Amino acid sequence: MYTISNRLKIASIVLMVLGAIGIGIGFVSSPGTVEEAKAMVASHDDGHGGGHEVAAEHHEDVNEHGATTEAHGETHDASHDEHLLHQLQNRPWAALYVAAFFFFMISLGVLAFYAIQRAAQAGWSPILFRVMEGITSYLVPGGIIVFVILALSVAHMNHLFVWMDAEVVAHDELLQGKAGFLNGPFFLIRAAIFLGGWIFYREYSRKLSLAQDEATDNTNFVKNFRLSAAFLVFYLVTESMMSWDWIMSVDPHWFSTLFGWYIFASMFVSGITVIALVTIYLKSKGYLQEVNNSHIHDLAKFMFGISIFWTYLWFSQFMLIWYSNIPEEVTYYITRIADFKLPFFGMVAMNFLFPLLILMNSDFKRVNWFVVMAGIVILAGHYLDIFNAIMPSTVGDQWYIGIPEIGAVLFFAGLFTFWVFRALSKVPLQPTRNPFIEESKHFHY
Amino acid sequence: MASKVIHALYTDDDVLMHAVKKVKEAKHHIEEIYCPFPVHGLDKAMGLAPTRIAITAFIYGCIGLAVATVMMNYIMIEDWPQDIGGKPSFSYLENMPAFVPIMFELTVFFAAHLMVITFYMRSRLWPFKEAENPDKRTTDDHFLMEIEIHDNEDELRQLLAESGAVEINILEK
Repeated sequence: MYTISNRLKIASIVLMVLGAIGIGIGFVSSPGTVEEAKAMVASHDDGHGGGHEVAAEHHEDVNEHGATTEAHGETHDASHDEHLLHQLQNRPWAALYVAAFFFFMISLGVLAFYAIQRAAQAGWSPILFRVMEGITSYLVPGGIIVFVILALSVAHMNHLFVWMDAEVVAHDELLQGKAGFLNGPFFLIRAAIFLGGWIFYREYSRKLSLAQDEATDNTNFVKNFRLSAAFLVFYLVTESMMSWDWIMSVDPHWFSTLFGWYIFASMFVSGITVIALVTIYLKSKGYLQEVNNSHIHDLAKFMFGISIFWTYLWFSQFMLIWYSNIPEEVTYYITRIADFKLPFFGMVAMNFLFPLLILMNSDFKRVNWFVVMAGIVILAGHYLDIFNAIMPSTVGDQWYIGIPEIGAVLFFAGLFTFWVFRALSKVPLQPTRNPFIEESKHFHY
Repeated sequence: MASKVIHALYTDDDVLMHAVKKVKEAKHHIEEIYCPFPVHGLDKAMGLAPTRIAITAFIYGCIGLAVATVMMNYIMIEDWPQDIGGKPSFSYLENMPAFVPIMFELTVFFAAHLMVITFYMRSRLWPFKEAENPDKRTTDDHFLMEIEIHDNEDELRQLLAESGAVEINILEK
């Protein structure tokens, strides 16, 4: 049995408190009126000289507020200021949302990995099932938090999703055309179905997994196998729709067909990375005695392979749009390259080049500190990935990685750590009656 | 003086593995082992050095990437920078996404093919090469261990017989 150490408990609580303070500061310091917003930008805005024309120019392209395209001349300045106010007001919300979704997607990625291991009847991984189940326990609080943020958006507490603003939709025929799918109630119903399905699978599979340890036959295992296969079908559909709803719809004028896979790759590689990190941590504390460096090697191979898979999808999406250069879809990348150059290209270095060079060597994949180092860079890179997906359409060129963003990451990191390790301490760390457990214990590559 | 070798034949890879360990323990040098299929762990038991072919493949891949980059930079950017459908041909970086598929494929092409050729050269494999098989049965269901004899014929013969060999032959080489 694992017992959560006091230091870890205190560390995660400290993270949560610090993070909550950071989130609070973000909300308190966001401007309430247009004048405040202008003053804020004027006070700490050196590099933006003349940026107003530029901002106004692609302001139309981005079409964050369809209304502004009709307003010109005198009214344009006023609407631009209001636009700026909305961007600044969005910042703490977007920071919260990015971090909440990022940690939620880690546990969802682990759940997908877990279901694949079960459906594929993998022989190496059963020894890690309890670790994976521990990480997926965050699905419940994480999912609820994401759902609450989405519900608050629907309740007009923020301007994260521009299609939720009735006034904008009234002036925007494109959004009117999409209103059959993108409307508040249906949006929340879909979110509830996705979350309900994922959480149901997680809880039921966990129950069967624990029951298998007590059982005298393998019926629980077989049931779990069928359940996992069915879940993967459900997951494939819902994950794709979730990415349209929760991420792509912050920019409702833009669409991409491979977007669901792209977000999937991001969550999958982050999830596998967290499995590796938690496993290495537990092993270093003397638990998980029978996990050997071949298990770590396998996880690192997955980190390496899925990092390249993510890059493949990132590049396929980018290159197809860059190449054809169709105005209605290329704005997505124009705003990112104009305003987010460093995070946008930096994340390719962190998510592709770094793991490619570090994890290519077979011996390095067995060395814990190499895997940990690569894992930290991959996780930071995929946080940036979600950041790049949400921020350009919510805060635009007013982005900055400051107190609200770091605070939100710290808060959710603390909550995630606390919840996951608490779940890990509830049951023995190793399944006993899994039919593949012997093979898994002696796994050697 | 012509050297003499001893050939021990086995019919089971498990027996062979045990025999290899035994021979290594007795500090005899194993000249060669002939198997009909890969025996997992045999190289470790024999104490063979790990292969460096993956390192060569990495180097070849880098060469392929360099060839692709230099080639396309010269053709598309330096030699005749035409406007083809509005693609920006002012610098390599500006037009790079269009070159990535070729850069990728040439990296893989160089890495794969040069590595295979390296393998053929290092293992001395080519068409019309004369087969070096000491016993035809080793391509079907027998394993053969070859050890050179240095005035210790009886000792070796006994050791190998104890290790489960089904047949022991001594021949001049």
